[in-house]
Amino acid sequence: MLEIQGLNAWYGESHILHGVDFEVREGEVVTLLGRNGAGKTTTMKSIIGLVPRRRGHVKFRGAETIGLMPNQIARAGIAICPEERGIFGSLSVTENLMLPPIVAPGGLDIAEIYTLFPNLKERAKTAHGTRLSGGEQQMLAIARILRTGAKMLLLDEPTEGLAPVIVQQIGRTIREIKNRGFTVLLVEQNFRFASTVADRHYVMEHGKIVDMIPNRLLESSMDKLHEYLGV
Amino acid sequence: MITIFGIPGPLLFGQLLLGLINGAFYAMLSLGLAVIFGMLNIINFAHGALFMMGAFVSWMLLNYLDIGYFPALILAPLIVGIFGIILEKTIISRLYKLDHLYGLLLTFGLALVIEGLFRNAYGSSGMPYRIPSVLQGAANLGFMYMPIYRGWVVLAALVVCLATWAIIEKTSLGAKLRAATENAPMVQAFGVDVPRLITLTYGGGVALAAFAGVLAAPIYSVNPNMGSNFINTVFAVVVIGGMGSIMGSIVTGFALGVLEGLTKVFYPQASATVVFLVMVIVLLLRPRGLFGRAA
Repeated sequence: MLEIQGLNAWYGESHILHGVDFEVREGEVVTLLGRNGAGKTTTMKSIIGLVPRRRGHVKFRGAETIGLMPNQIARAGIAICPEERGIFGSLSVTENLMLPPIVAPGGLDIAEIYTLFPNLKERAKTAHGTRLSGGEQQMLAIARILRTGAKMLLLDEPTEGLAPVIVQQIGRTIREIKNRGFTVLLVEQNFRFASTVADRHYVMEHGKIVDMIPNRLLESSMDKLHEYLGV
Repeated sequence: MITIFGIPGPLLFGQLLLGLINGAFYAMLSLGLAVIFGMLNIINFAHGALFMMGAFVSWMLLNYLDIGYFPALILAPLIVGIFGIILEKTIISRLYKLDHLYGLLLTFGLALVIEGLFRNAYGSSGMPYRIPSVLQGAANLGFMYMPIYRGWVVLAALVVCLATWAIIEKTSLGAKLRAATENAPMVQAFGVDVPRLITLTYGGGVALAAFAGVLAAPIYSVNPNMGSNFINTVFAVVVIGGMGSIMGSIVTGFALGVLEGLTKVFYPQASATVVFLVMVIVLLLRPRGLFGRAA
């Protein structure tokens, strides 16, 4: 579904990604693990086209996207839930939810979204998206991309800074959308959480993929993983 | 005769109405400036010239093509809006990555060029534009006679301002605009063609200025300087209302027009400066403007 080969990316003069290679197959949930500054978020932003200077190959369903604008990549069927959540304060909760255009059939409709996220239904009338709690904002950020019909979802640290009960709800949501056939690339700091949702894990260091661990081998790879992540 | 604070009623109401009319133009022009600034981050100094173009295009439509006032209310904003879109596509869009100052210099230069071209072709003495016959005459309101055309200008301006506000605050297109004003790359990453949205916004803001220009044509003579006469005050209005605030521009525009009108009655010497006085006070007490959000 998503093939990344030799991806290099720069922010201004600083060279962040040094040849990233990995792939995500249709229907998989794959995580990018790694320390702060390893290049996980930059990888996500490079896939959707938000990094101004990037080189290499990002193929989505076999088609090269490296030269495309972010809106064209999104229209091809990739949607991002960014690390900073990207909730708009000048838009109401409903407007935030309805903002991303439908790019393909097969997205969740509003009723399904409210079943998955009952809180959002209660808060739908809130006039400013940023008035929601952190957890609600995160759910809104995930919910609005489920509407679009994009089948490849990029979730950048969806559990960061959230209470355990909300982390569990996000875990259930990710398993639910996997069952519905969505493909997910997930950035996580918390590999215990990652192990509850993912099929495979890629480990990033210094702007490169240094290892791939299938989820069933995660327990036996703990020592190695602790070393990578420095925990 | 009625007197209010020792001022004859008709004089007071007459100046109030004049103030409202000026306010209507301030509101339409500052609204366009605010929308453009919010989206493009460019202070559009060409706004006055484009307002003037609106008046000229309606004059040309009438005198060259025999197309009257009411069709011109639609056609002139459309034509000038398309001209604005071409400007944005070919020149202005090159400046988005640079400092504000470049956009300001460019649009100021564009204003000079546009005004110069019209001055060359039509001179600067001004040409009359007749009030359409259905809007001629005056209505007796009991306390004063109101020229019908002036009432029409205030009404049309109000409708257009509120429609613009509704589009921005109540529609999904408006939601995209507001979101892109906040975080354009994010909106683009959701699949919205933000560059096209920016072009349309500029075209829309320019069309508003041109619409105001058509309304102004029968009141002021159609001349190349009619925009620059207005635009200084309009910039003060935008600063007072707060950059990028939609309702703020509308309310401030009308309110300052009325304030100017009242000043003409009570202390005429200050009528040309009162808006700038308010601007100084607002900048001292509330630098982000009356309706501006904290930066």
